[in-house]
Amino acid sequence: MALPVVEISAAIIEMSTPLLIAALGEIFVERSGVLNLGIEGMMLVGAFSGFAGAYFSGNFLFGFLIGLVVGMSIGALMAYLSVKLGVDQILAGLAIWIFSIGLSTFLARTILGIAPGTVTIKGLEPINIPLLSQLPILGPILFQHNILVYLVLISVPLFHILLFRTTFGLKVRAVGENPKAADTLGIHVHRIRFLCLLLGGAMAGLAGSYLTVARYHVWIEEVTAGMGWIALVVVFFGKRSPYRALLGAWIIATGFSLRYYLQIAAFWIPYQFILMLPYILTIILLVGIVGKEETPAAFCIPYKREET
Amino acid sequence: MKPGETVIAMRGITKRFPGVLANDHVDIDIKAGEIHAILGENGAGKTTLMNILYGLLQPDEGEIFVYGEKVTPKSPKDMIDLGIGMVHQHFMLIPTFTVVENIILGLESSKEPFLDVDLAEKKIIELSEKYGLKVNPKAKVWQLSTGERQRVEIIKALYRGAQVLIMDEPTSVLTPTEVEELSKILKRMAKEGLAIIPFITHKLPEVMAISDRVTVLRKGRVVGRFETKLTDEKSLAREMVGREVLFKLPKSEVKKGKVVLEVRGLWAQSDFGVSALKGVSFSIREGEILGVAGVAGNGQRELAEVIAGLRRAVAGRVLIDGRDVTNLPPREIIKQGLGHIPEDRMGMGLILDFSIAENIILETHSDPPFAYRWILPFKKRWFIDQDEVDKYAEKLLLEYNIVAAGKDTLARHLSGGNLQRLILARELSREPKVLVANQPTRGLDVGATEFIRRKLLEQRDRGVAILLISEDLDEVMSMSDRIAVLYEGEIMGILPAEKADMKEVGMMMAGSKRAQSLEEPA
Repeated sequence: MALPVVEISAAIIEMSTPLLIAALGEIFVERSGVLNLGIEGMMLVGAFSGFAGAYFSGNFLFGFLIGLVVGMSIGALMAYLSVKLGVDQILAGLAIWIFSIGLSTFLARTILGIAPGTVTIKGLEPINIPLLSQLPILGPILFQHNILVYLVLISVPLFHILLFRTTFGLKVRAVGENPKAADTLGIHVHRIRFLCLLLGGAMAGLAGSYLTVARYHVWIEEVTAGMGWIALVVVFFGKRSPYRALLGAWIIATGFSLRYYLQIAAFWIPYQFILMLPYILTIILLVGIVGKEETPAAFCIPYKREET
Repeated sequence: MKPGETVIAMRGITKRFPGVLANDHVDIDIKAGEIHAILGENGAGKTTLMNILYGLLQPDEGEIFVYGEKVTPKSPKDMIDLGIGMVHQHFMLIPTFTVVENIILGLESSKEPFLDVDLAEKKIIELSEKYGLKVNPKAKVWQLSTGERQRVEIIKALYRGAQVLIMDEPTSVLTPTEVEELSKILKRMAKEGLAIIPFITHKLPEVMAISDRVTVLRKGRVVGRFETKLTDEKSLAREMVGREVLFKLPKSEVKKGKVVLEVRGLWAQSDFGVSALKGVSFSIREGEILGVAGVAGNGQRELAEVIAGLRRAVAGRVLIDGRDVTNLPPREIIKQGLGHIPEDRMGMGLILDFSIAENIILETHSDPPFAYRWILPFKKRWFIDQDEVDKYAEKLLLEYNIVAAGKDTLARHLSGGNLQRLILARELSREPKVLVANQPTRGLDVGATEFIRRKLLEQRDRGVAILLISEDLDEVMSMSDRIAVLYEGEIMGILPAEKADMKEVGMMMAGSKRAQSLEEPA
């Protein structure tokens, strides 16, 4: 049985969207020299608050906004810990992740009641772009998605420009490479890192709310299921540059979308193996970049001025 | 700005740190168009004064005038705005960025929020032509040589409108040719009306070559002001150290014993996988110093590392006392009697986050008397006898004049000279038969340099065979019994020190081979 290539390609585009949203934010965080291991947690809290926002207001845009703002505030918490206080970034990130699992579950049970899976919202409708969506093959692959998919695809070049062509992007990269040098030039190292974590948190929150508001239309506990961790892999694979991250997100999304089709098409393979597919791809991506990776020189190192 | 006009006047600058009077009523005038060197040993208060001058520290007392107006800078940015720029000793550059990116970093662009690389490039080229600061704006900084990086730092300051340039140890990282180039550039900048203030700890010849005036600091106070033309190295050194300094230490006649270190046809690769040593052979006898001269990067580091067992020899042999130690683990080689003073004292010589005592037993921690077995029936000694270690460390602190709060002070908190004394204490106290000393005095002040050289000569008199690798040609010439010149991994020739002259050695350093070696057969 032949695989439905067009459907799978369209699914790749859709599946890659939340990964890419989170990854784009994380690129800035990491470029500024911070590793945000709390990203999974930020996505999770974003997923719940976005859902709640959309559920109570009846407006999905408001849901996204809430998800974004809540994600941003957790980003601020991460920034306070890891930038201001100089706490070990790995510990701070893990703490935020664990805290977020508890927080989202607690809030969901308090606000939505005992059986959260039964509460659904009217989700996001796909927008067919006039004319373009009628194109054969390309139309269904690229131009019959929900609005966030388009926005994210447009964001990739915009984030690239922001990172590599603006004074802000230069400062971000400088702070990640040599914060001391940046400091001598009057750049506020902590402020830049703080801003990047706000951006990273906001994007992670938005990515989370994408899952509940745009994709599943329902809140499920731990709905992110490791998506945040995979976004980190996408960033690593993408060498912290938006275009390569797009490629990485697509590769992993291939695993996600294939697993639906393969369960039918390749029924002789035990389905457990097929479900593993995206995670196996994740590992392959990680192995593929060993040694060739270009990490910012001050990655994971809190910056403190030397007192002389 | 007219040459001769006073740009900066510092009046009665005083700065106290807990327990230290770092600057004690310092008065300095800097004029436009002059190169005004500030000279002083480590701990003389130079760094403090410099930090005050570029706005990083605020004085407790005293006033700073810029163009006759009193200023109270709160940060380096305030000073940059006043036209006072800083070139750090450890360059504040980002290796993965291009030259342009490094220079415009943190500045507003003409096309905000976007970068305007083209305009910046044009301005950089203008500056570089005006002052002879050759640099390719499009190059990535990691591709540049040290000299070029320094030029980028200078342009960075000029680009921000600096009329005064503070330079921290500008010559300490440069090769002799680069120093010459820099001195030309600085003179040209001074001629254009800029004021340049190099802060220098050592390298007196360069102070003489570069500067117009010199202010000497000692123990936080100005102890001398000189017109460079009217003084000499000896008097500068005297003012700086507070006593007569011997540039050439007396070398006693030592009877040379048997060959202890022998290197035969040694080949090794550099970190980049190219041949860094190509068939190097020499031998050193008891009580002899073989100096290795050469421009940095011609195989010196690899040579020292292969002998110490830290790098694999691809071919050839290293023998200590007739025993083959080629490619043995470093520990075995140490046991055979090798002492090693590595080039990178912070990275390879010491563990900075360990205490002085811990650093001292790095090589001997499993040997008696520092380790004991207790009741365990193992051959290995598992337990450290802290009392023995402490006693030993305290003894060495005294013996080697290491200035520190105590044996438990972290190595990180020691000055460069004291770090090197600590390494020396560790290596020499094991009474090695062979000592490999790579750049033992690089970056050290006059006092520490003299101390280290004395200790090396002492070892020689004791009968140790010493391989002295140094980029400082004066050092090689004055310390060695024989001189080998290394060029692109080959020895260009070995000559007895008394028959070597600067010019000939210089030629060999540039790659001209001696027709016949003057080395007497071993």
